[in-house]
Amino acid sequence: MKFDIIGKRYWWFALSLIVLIPGLISMALQGFNLGIDFTGGTILDLKFASPVTVAQVREVLVDHRLENSVIQLVSTDQAETSNNLFIRTHVLSNDESQILFTDMEKRLGAFEVLRSEKVGAVMGSELTQQALLNLAVVCALLIAYISYRFEYKIAVSAILAILHDVLIVLGIFSLFHIEMDSSFVAAILTVIGYSMNEAIVVFDRIRENLKTHRKTESFQDLVNRSIGQTFTRTIYTLLTVLFACGSLHFFGGESTKNFSLAMLIGFLSGAYSAIFNASPIWVTWKEYDERKRAVLKTGGSK
Amino acid sequence: MRVGNVAKFLVVVAVIVLGFSYFISPLTTSIKQGLDLQGGTHVVLEAVDTPEAKVDEDAVRRVVKIIEKRVNEIGLTEPIIQRQGDRRIIVELPGIKEPEKAIEMLGKTALLEFQDESGITVMTGKDLKDAKAEMGQNKNSVVALEFSDQGGKLFADLTTKNVGKHISILLDKQVLTSPVVNEPIPNGKAVITGSRSIEEAQNLAILLRSGSLPVKVDVMEMRTVGPTLGQDSKEKSEKAFSIGIALIVIFMLGFYRLSGFVATIALLVYVLLLVGSLKMLQATMTLPGIAGIILSMGVAVDANVLIFERFKEEYRSGKTLRAALDAGFSRAFNTILDSNVSIMITATVLFILGTGPIKGFAITLGLGVILSMFTAITVSRYLLRMLMQSNVTKNGKYFGA
Repeated sequence: MKFDIIGKRYWWFALSLIVLIPGLISMALQGFNLGIDFTGGTILDLKFASPVTVAQVREVLVDHRLENSVIQLVSTDQAETSNNLFIRTHVLSNDESQILFTDMEKRLGAFEVLRSEKVGAVMGSELTQQALLNLAVVCALLIAYISYRFEYKIAVSAILAILHDVLIVLGIFSLFHIEMDSSFVAAILTVIGYSMNEAIVVFDRIRENLKTHRKTESFQDLVNRSIGQTFTRTIYTLLTVLFACGSLHFFGGESTKNFSLAMLIGFLSGAYSAIFNASPIWVTWKEYDERKRAVLKTGGSK
Repeated sequence: MRVGNVAKFLVVVAVIVLGFSYFISPLTTSIKQGLDLQGGTHVVLEAVDTPEAKVDEDAVRRVVKIIEKRVNEIGLTEPIIQRQGDRRIIVELPGIKEPEKAIEMLGKTALLEFQDESGITVMTGKDLKDAKAEMGQNKNSVVALEFSDQGGKLFADLTTKNVGKHISILLDKQVLTSPVVNEPIPNGKAVITGSRSIEEAQNLAILLRSGSLPVKVDVMEMRTVGPTLGQDSKEKSEKAFSIGIALIVIFMLGFYRLSGFVATIALLVYVLLLVGSLKMLQATMTLPGIAGIILSMGVAVDANVLIFERFKEEYRSGKTLRAALDAGFSRAFNTILDSNVSIMITATVLFILGTGPIKGFAITLGLGVILSMFTAITVSRYLLRMLMQSNVTKNGKYFGA
């Protein structure tokens, strides 16, 4: 397949920015919808024998001084009542939740606790620290490995492309206020692994083509050719991971929905950035260096 | 066409397919399931400093011992009690009915004190030999205490000195009962009244038998998954897994035909090996772990896609099928290695730094990457060679080229 991706690279960079900027603004203005894994708190997933409304549940909660709780009905249509609902509130002690449960059963009928999670605030801040540490260590090791196998400019270009993917996922999660939990960290790290993988495949081809490089072929053409040669593979692989991840998202359980969504977005972005950002950034950098060298040369000869 | 070679190929394929369909289900179901799949409670406890007692290594060790004892006394099945880091203890209780009550018991300090009227502590729970719940004389529930030799003497002494006065029995600084001593009690036995039910008396007896915690313990995190949700997650993940694998197979067959068929067979070997090694490592299957498996299937197929794309190129440049195949494998190897190493780096970091569910995800992903490299390179190559040697067709089209 023949492409001129390098020639039009600024268009592709612009397209990335168009997607990135709203996300960045949203991150700055409204931040993230962090789950209790990060903030600490209690989540209750309850299933009632007979349908209840948000107002009914709130009434009970207010009597337990839990008026600041978030109540969310789980229903496929926009119905006002549902058997299944989530309550999110601050950390409840054992006594508090037992009293609440007893009262709730008395007033709203029998229910089953599908899931209940309590996370102390300390655990939450530890998770955030741990997540950032993980991210930093992974990036550092990947840069080291790529620098060793290729060169540091390729490593940095690849990392920039990866950062792009991470920001896109974060941006979309911020824009649409999708909840993040501890599995989000794993999803982001997987996206990093995937995105790195995609960038490497292209750079690997460039490296190979450089070995048999003919003088007549310009640098831009060589990179274009390499991208073209790996294009089918990139798309096929994207399709297979989308199949795997998409089936997890659409057919898997509630608890892996946001996890697989983060990966779906990340994989799409990862394939895009591997083709349209990683090697184009590298080419831009190389050309900038060459121009600088040329300027230095002419400057020196004067 | 060489019939013998075709037969050999078909036999190998049949063995793999039969092996897969025979072993996969018993293997998967025999892997230990995490709490998110079977339902249960996961608790993180932390030993904290108080003015009276600072946390040290010895104290945490004793806390773990005592909590183990309490869990066993409550009679929960297959509990896991694990120390994490300096001060944390993880307790996993599968299939527990009323987690709140159980957790409350685990974290209770349960310091028993006997005080005289002036409020001086004369003896503590350490002086006990046994504690049992019993029905008292007035059909009320009591906890019958039996003191150790030393404790018996102390108690005899206490009761002798305080005839006609109140003595108090306190649990965690709260007065349980405060009877008037009628006469000295020399036999080393006593009862604590005031329990509202036999159940409450039993719980108190368990706490007293297992001893008091040397330091205060806080509940940092507690997650409970009900059995209904666990079952639901399990069924849905199984469905997602089957649909994912079906889509990948259809895709591979459609785009790579015979090669795709071989890749599918290799994928079966891969899934079987992965599940088998998880079983051997005695790993616990959790939801993130399943996600890791589904993802690593993508990685496994990716290796084959890399090889087949390379093979296509080589074949189109005029090589024979065999030569194109060998070139495809050797040229794709570098790429596969680099890409897999980068995923391994991520998985390793997650495994070392991550905790709980993230660790589970890292194990399946990391293991998956290693195994998929083996199956994609060895199994696919072996099968494809066999197929090409049998001369079923010389047309590269059937191999996806």
